[in-house]
Amino acid sequence: MTTNGTTIEVENLYKRFGRVEAVNNISFEVRRGEIIGFLGPNGAGKSTTMRILTGYVPATKGVVRICGHSVAGEPAQVKRRLGYMPENNPLPEDLRVREYLRWRGRLKEIHGRHLRERVETVLEQCDLNRSRNRIIGKLSKGYRQRVGVADAILAEPEVIIMDEPTIGLDPHQILMIRDLIASLRGRMSVIISSHILPEIEMTCDRVIIINQGRIVASGTPSQLRKEFLLRTSYDLEVKGDIREVQMALASLTPKQQIEHSLDRPDKDGFYGVTVQLRSDRHYGEDILSAVNANPRLRIRAVRRREASLEEVFLAATRRSWEIVSPMSEPVPTVRRREAAERVEIPAPALAPEPQAIQPDRTP
Amino acid sequence: MNHFFTLLRHEIRALLISPATYIATVLFLGLMGFIFQGLLVSFVRESRETSPAVDFFSLFWLPVFFLSPLLTMRSLAEERRLGTLETLMTTSVSSPEVVLSKFFAAYGFYLTLWLSTLSFHWVLFEFAENPKLIDPGPLIGGYVFVALSGLMFIAAGIFSSALTRSQLVAGLLTLAMSFVFTLGFRYLDDFTIFQSEADSLRSVIIDHVQIFQHAEDFVSGVIDTRAPVLYLSMTGILLFMAMLALDARSVRT
Repeated sequence: MTTNGTTIEVENLYKRFGRVEAVNNISFEVRRGEIIGFLGPNGAGKSTTMRILTGYVPATKGVVRICGHSVAGEPAQVKRRLGYMPENNPLPEDLRVREYLRWRGRLKEIHGRHLRERVETVLEQCDLNRSRNRIIGKLSKGYRQRVGVADAILAEPEVIIMDEPTIGLDPHQILMIRDLIASLRGRMSVIISSHILPEIEMTCDRVIIINQGRIVASGTPSQLRKEFLLRTSYDLEVKGDIREVQMALASLTPKQQIEHSLDRPDKDGFYGVTVQLRSDRHYGEDILSAVNANPRLRIRAVRRREASLEEVFLAATRRSWEIVSPMSEPVPTVRRREAAERVEIPAPALAPEPQAIQPDRTP
Repeated sequence: MNHFFTLLRHEIRALLISPATYIATVLFLGLMGFIFQGLLVSFVRESRETSPAVDFFSLFWLPVFFLSPLLTMRSLAEERRLGTLETLMTTSVSSPEVVLSKFFAAYGFYLTLWLSTLSFHWVLFEFAENPKLIDPGPLIGGYVFVALSGLMFIAAGIFSSALTRSQLVAGLLTLAMSFVFTLGFRYLDDFTIFQSEADSLRSVIIDHVQIFQHAEDFVSGVIDTRAPVLYLSMTGILLFMAMLALDARSVRT
């Protein structure tokens, strides 16, 4: 069961709270050693999905297997293989850090010398050595968060689930937690949810975007970029007439869009111009030669900018809002076309390419 | 039951480091000492047939009303509110282990407090030098009664605490349940419908749940098995319902 391959299997998961469909037919798999980022707007069903994975909340329908064991059927087996840090990282206020970790270790069935070693190791890993004897209730947010992470990795579980581990941390602490999660790569499967998109992009092998209880996108960040926003932006600094710049760039590709970021030139007479190209090819050289071909134009800088995960996220969630119509009936083509058009956040004028309009994974 | 003792130790430690424990102790011993002293004063004024222990235990309900909510309202409600219940239940502990560890920690403390009132009787024994005042029979009966009924009152508190995430609601619910168990049943006994037919099932049931009557019986040395059966079965039912309430998480409180 615990051979290489998948550690988490989720098949057609549903969860209903009264009349609200919190999770609506979610299926995915996580391989051993993979780090998965869970994205989604508030109330999308991320926390509920994670709670179902841990067995804390039962699913209405569907199967979840952790390392081959069903969460509903063999909860004890699953819980032994799982490290979980819930949303808001609840901790008892009146224990000391080391006492708390030792107690958690005993609950997770680590005993004797091994327990002592593990506690020392995680204190070291999470940089808690100096505050090991402090009372948790008096720790700052960053330290509390580290205690939560230390608890999740304490028993060296095969699967770690962390619900917003970096919420409310300063950049140094985020970096530390990110490094810590990255150090688990290859050994443990990790699922983290977060609102901080660059962080997910940097840490995770794969991203799953959830909206309204459905998976609206999943894949590596670069795959998602291709699927949702097939475009690259270039920031140029050009001196000369803007219309001439437009003419020079028109030869590159028929589908492009040009924006000025500065209405007036800076003190040296250079304009900031952003070009968006609907392709993921490198265009830097072409842009340079096109601008240089016109002797009245001078170019000072070319910067390539990839669409951020943030844009992918906005596009994916927006598209799913359009598609999940009240009755979840098959969406007419025209509507989908509109939806895909709105994907282009700053570019309403562009007609979408056909392959960009992939239907959502609705059942 | 692998984790029961780990959890129990944790609960006892939590009790020992919490200031609320010591405040409750001081309040309880202060109140009980005050009552005991009042009893002795009334004994000095007019001599009675019974020993002070009999009157002392007839007031058992007074501390029950404030101790059982105070000792139990925090237990599960606070864990639910803080969210630590989630981290607890996602390790391989079971809900019976959690409920029983909370129950035994609170019950142990309840019992310790009551046993510390033995010192009052010891002081009386040391200084009164009147063997009539010290009668071991009512003392033993009284403490057995307190230990048995305490099981039920503490279990009611744990059950209330498992239902809600608010300590206040849990405390009030415990108070209401203690109230019904003691005064409520006595009040029912006064209704005419229960008196008219002496042998009907209704009147038999009402007869059996008279907690004040149990207290009197135990103190006077009459130990009827029906009373322990009542307390133990009620404790079992309440704790079982607490476990169910703990497991019913799909409806989030």
